[in-house]
Amino acid sequence: MRKILIVGATSAIAQALARTYAEDGDRLFLTARGAERLAAMAADLRVRGADRIETLQLDSNDLDRHQDLIIRADAALGGLDVALIAHGTLPDQAACEAAFTTAREALETNFLSVVSLLTHLANAFEAKGDGVIAVISSVAGDRGRQSNYLYGAAKGGVSLFAQGLRNRLYKSGIAVVTIKPGFVDTPMTAGLAKGGPLWSTPERIADGIYRAIDRRTPEVYLPWFWRWVMLVVRLIPERIFRHLRL
Amino acid sequence: MNTSYESWGRYPGAKQDHLSLQWATSKLPISGTEGKTLLPYGNGRSYGDSCLNDAGVLLDTRRLSRFIDFDPATGVLSCEAGVLLFEVLKLIVPQGWFLPVTPGTRFVTLGGAIANDVHGKNHHRAGTFGCHVRRFELLRSDGKRLLCSPHENADWYRATIGGLGLTGVILWAQVALRRIANPYIDLETVRYDRLEEFFSLSKDSDRDFEHTVAWLDCMARGKALGRGIFMRANHAPALCRAHPSEPRRRLSLPVDLPFSVVNGLSLRLFNLLYYHKAPRTRRREVVHYVPFFYPLDAIGNWNRIYGRRGFMQYQCVIPFADGPEATEEVLQRIRRSGAGSFLAVMKVFGKVSSPGLLSFPRPGITIALDFPNHGRRTLELLEGLDSVVREADGAVYPAKDARMSVESFRLYYPQWAELEGFVDPRFSSSFWRRVTGVVQ
Repeated sequence: MRKILIVGATSAIAQALARTYAEDGDRLFLTARGAERLAAMAADLRVRGADRIETLQLDSNDLDRHQDLIIRADAALGGLDVALIAHGTLPDQAACEAAFTTAREALETNFLSVVSLLTHLANAFEAKGDGVIAVISSVAGDRGRQSNYLYGAAKGGVSLFAQGLRNRLYKSGIAVVTIKPGFVDTPMTAGLAKGGPLWSTPERIADGIYRAIDRRTPEVYLPWFWRWVMLVVRLIPERIFRHLRL
Repeated sequence: MNTSYESWGRYPGAKQDHLSLQWATSKLPISGTEGKTLLPYGNGRSYGDSCLNDAGVLLDTRRLSRFIDFDPATGVLSCEAGVLLFEVLKLIVPQGWFLPVTPGTRFVTLGGAIANDVHGKNHHRAGTFGCHVRRFELLRSDGKRLLCSPHENADWYRATIGGLGLTGVILWAQVALRRIANPYIDLETVRYDRLEEFFSLSKDSDRDFEHTVAWLDCMARGKALGRGIFMRANHAPALCRAHPSEPRRRLSLPVDLPFSVVNGLSLRLFNLLYYHKAPRTRRREVVHYVPFFYPLDAIGNWNRIYGRRGFMQYQCVIPFADGPEATEEVLQRIRRSGAGSFLAVMKVFGKVSSPGLLSFPRPGITIALDFPNHGRRTLELLEGLDSVVREADGAVYPAKDARMSVESFRLYYPQWAELEGFVDPRFSSSFWRRVTGVVQ
């Protein structure tokens, strides 16, 4: 039985993943901002077979509570094997360009709060000498593009931070899994035009995350083809890239 | 990701926007849809246009897919309306419970099962799905929430069961399940040679068997008209010695066929083979519940065999008074058209009345089959069948209809005007506008 902490548990991808763990009979500690949503999700996971579900209403930007969160999750589940950081927003690029306060908020949610959580988790896991820390980054963090470079910068920062952390924790037997989904049909992407072969579902992404955590894959693109799409995107020389409308 | 939002028969088409409902506790995300009508959409397994809303907005309920509570001691299940019956079965069968009533596919949502007040092979015992719904919550476009049960908001309860999604969004429901000892079905298959035998088999079997249905050879003529294979079954007893496994293979049609492969020749062949495959007298066997209740679920997107033009399903019920004669007339017309389907089924509905105001099932003989869409030819054939059904005081099933006339609908469902009083002012469907004669 796994003991799993999910931060930002009511996101569509985290919900789908939590169902799989519940059906495996695992124990979960879930945090999210909305108490009603957490309660609905907890009820669902209990019916699906979870061994135990604990919830905590938490705004991930409340950095002062991160340390306490990890202690509470560990105590409530009787240990921690896996921690997944799944919270995030998709900031409006134009609004971030117009007002730095908006950009700052987006960076706080999508980068700083993740760094805080990862720091506390790393120290807690390092002391135990085992476990998996997974974080949902994005393909958007692989290269800056005019259409969403604020989000991209936050996610790129997360990917780099996780990379360094993985390097640090390897010798302690702790796996750090960086997850880079492409376009996913979730409420977060409600503002975008959807459909077509590049779009995926939260369930498909969750399947990929489940496997990656299970196999302790260092870095995973979901679905798989994004690895090659982003390789091409990264290979385009900057002299050419700057002309493109991406 | 379902971005197409078709109906299962893929006829008629519709151009509509869609919004996804994520949480039962949230408001409807309908700001900005002013001037357009709304309609809940489940898994799109209604055949005709009752799940379509041309020029309007569909409220996709598939993300309302959470279980709320299940008590394995009492078999009472509460879950959100977007949960598929497939998911319900996965949860309850290993714990010794089964759906009280199930349609011929597991890929419908709970909300859809209520809104169409679906029925199954046990109608003569259990009535419709709605008979087993204890309560549900209805969300109206003005934000009002109604808890509906036979005792609370009873009029809304009646209007919403079989209400085709028009009374508001069903957010969640509580259903009383049926106990089973295992996932097996004790099935007896009886081949019969003429229509009269169907009636006598039904009469005899409905007493002793929970599930009865007949497949019929819709190409048979003369004295053989209505011949077929009668299936009658009960859930297997606890110590049943056979343990058939659930078929694992699931085929799927990956693409549309350019044209319908259902034609006179393939039909004649299939019907002949299917009929002769059955043993001459009778056979008793234990089968898994999946192939018994859901034979077509084994072929993903089977609707694609009908090609891009889609198909029309026709299901009518003929009351007992004119039963045999009118049934014979319907079968004659189908046979003469040569346009019938691979799987034509016939069953006798029982007397258990449904709580739904607009429910389709009523005592009598029901016949269901599909027709490839050949345009006017098909429409004329079905209108001809309607003339027989109207004469016999029968009815046609809205969930399967794409073409019945305003006149037919009003005759079949005189209570439609009463339902109008419960229809949400923002809600409508392609079906509802068509059968109530609203011109857009």
